[in-house]
Amino acid sequence: MSFIRPQRSVLPGFGLSLGFTLFYLSLIVLLPLSAAFLKTAGMTWPAFVEAVASPRVLASYRLSFGASFLAALVNMFFGLIVAWVLVRYPFPGRRLVDALVDLPFALPTAVAGIALTALYSAHGWVGQFLEPLGIKAAFSPLGVFIALTFIGLPFVVRTLQPVLAELEPEMEEVAVSLGAGRWQTFGRVILPEILPALLTGFALAFARALGEYGSVVFISGNMPMRTEITPLLIITKLEQYDYRGATAIAVVLLVVSFLLLLLINLLQKWSRRFQFA
Amino acid sequence: MKTLLRLSFLASFLLSLVPLAVPAHAQKTIELLNVSYDPTRELYQDYNAAFARYWKAKTGDDVVIKQSHGGSGKQARSVIDGLPADVVTLALAADVDALASVAKLIPADWQKRLPENSAPYTSTIVLLVRKGNPKGIKDWDDLIRPGVSVITPNPKTSGGARWNYLAAWGYALKKFNGDEAKAKEFIGALYRNVPVLDSGARGSTTTFVQRGIGDVLISWENEAFLALKESGGDQFAIVVPSLSILAEPTVAWVDKVVDRKGTKAVAKAYLEYLYSDEGQDIAGKNFYRPRSAQAAAKYAAQFPQIKLITIDDVFGGWTKAQKAHFADGGVFDQIYLPH
Repeated sequence: MSFIRPQRSVLPGFGLSLGFTLFYLSLIVLLPLSAAFLKTAGMTWPAFVEAVASPRVLASYRLSFGASFLAALVNMFFGLIVAWVLVRYPFPGRRLVDALVDLPFALPTAVAGIALTALYSAHGWVGQFLEPLGIKAAFSPLGVFIALTFIGLPFVVRTLQPVLAELEPEMEEVAVSLGAGRWQTFGRVILPEILPALLTGFALAFARALGEYGSVVFISGNMPMRTEITPLLIITKLEQYDYRGATAIAVVLLVVSFLLLLLINLLQKWSRRFQFA
Repeated sequence: MKTLLRLSFLASFLLSLVPLAVPAHAQKTIELLNVSYDPTRELYQDYNAAFARYWKAKTGDDVVIKQSHGGSGKQARSVIDGLPADVVTLALAADVDALASVAKLIPADWQKRLPENSAPYTSTIVLLVRKGNPKGIKDWDDLIRPGVSVITPNPKTSGGARWNYLAAWGYALKKFNGDEAKAKEFIGALYRNVPVLDSGARGSTTTFVQRGIGDVLISWENEAFLALKESGGDQFAIVVPSLSILAEPTVAWVDKVVDRKGTKAVAKAYLEYLYSDEGQDIAGKNFYRPRSAQAAAKYAAQFPQIKLITIDDVFGGWTKAQKAHFADGGVFDQIYLPH
């Protein structure tokens, strides 16, 4: 919880640190972004529309946003369970499991992609059992979803853990002693407390998945109209020396991501109303 | 303690002078960067050692050649974006052209600077199938049969993939007596049988050979031979189609880079030596078709006779082929659009 204090902080340096913040953000974030916008600014409107709204690009938006959304959703659900278990129950090997969660953070994405492809392709350990069932995991949209789920997990778990750790079990005991059922306790006592963190985790996992390239290109198969993700199309355009077309798609991706993240932030603010209510 | 410290300071100071003093007595070490396409790894590994020997004997200078490999289009883009390549050895003239047209790194008439259109070796496109050819693949026609899974890289990013595509197109055009609409249907049916489009030729070979995906790999001839050799020769078989395309991988030194680094003489010699007896022999040994009559005769038994079309005859050159087939909205894009 944060609120603006009218009086001065006991520590000086607001002006200096704000200046630094603005400078740093401009240098690291805004400068490259504005370069992308400037590059597209030279395009005519029809050329821009053609670059960002051709059927192949539209198909890639559907896959990229769809798979990222689903993967973040799944991670939100299972990430909550993982975080809950890690925080609430002491068990042998907990430290180890805790460290495992971070692995998708640290692993180079290409390694993840190759490992997942080897696992899920028709002759892989997992893929050979899915193939007879008619499920094609690698080289299909499902493969994209699997890769994005893999890389998104730590974001949800790591944002939830500190919040869950602060949650006092006494609150739940009080709820139960006052006659609340198990689902009521979860839905009316626990969930409102962790909802903002849950949404943050979701937003982080979603944003990460949207930009993910390295692991997905190995497992997706890169088929036009079916399994091409938007970042791949950007690279493809670059490799055809179409720098403007590439930045045009990048701009669309940027604007939509920004709007979605803004929406999630608003949702978060709204969900905070339920806290301590 | 203090003296010891001082001594060690003195010693380290003297030691730091050593590297400054040495080069004056030793001969020069020149470094070249060769930016190449995917399946030339083995060729240039051999050739670089041979050239270093030759250059040492000729001038007394050591030359160290660094290699970079990847999809041909991607490699050209890296050079345009500033990768300081002294020489490029790419899969097709169109990608080297981009260095001239997009970034003006080389003159537009670069292809006339070296013999044979700046293509010291050639290759062609063949089909690689699994042991015993279980799907009975004999020619391009068999690739559009339902249930045949075809592996080929993405023509948007891979030079080899463009040769693959054009070879198939050339076959279809001949089969249908020049009917482009039917050729387009043929190529559409072929690509519907492709389950994965890797970005480079080596990626596709890996998909086919290591991951065991697909019934047939459309491949550079040299890459197919290499896959045969590496697998011990009994896991795969080469199927020679009735018609294929003469693929001419081209080389050029990058003027803007060599002028800046002062490596023009050695870069030029490096490419010219590819045409020498030794260079041609190494090309043949690595399954590239040599240009010189002598090396061609030596390796004649190794290469099957194939009827070859050329890109100039059938497509009117790379610029036209690129525009009609691989540019955005070209035939390759159209075949993926829903009808």
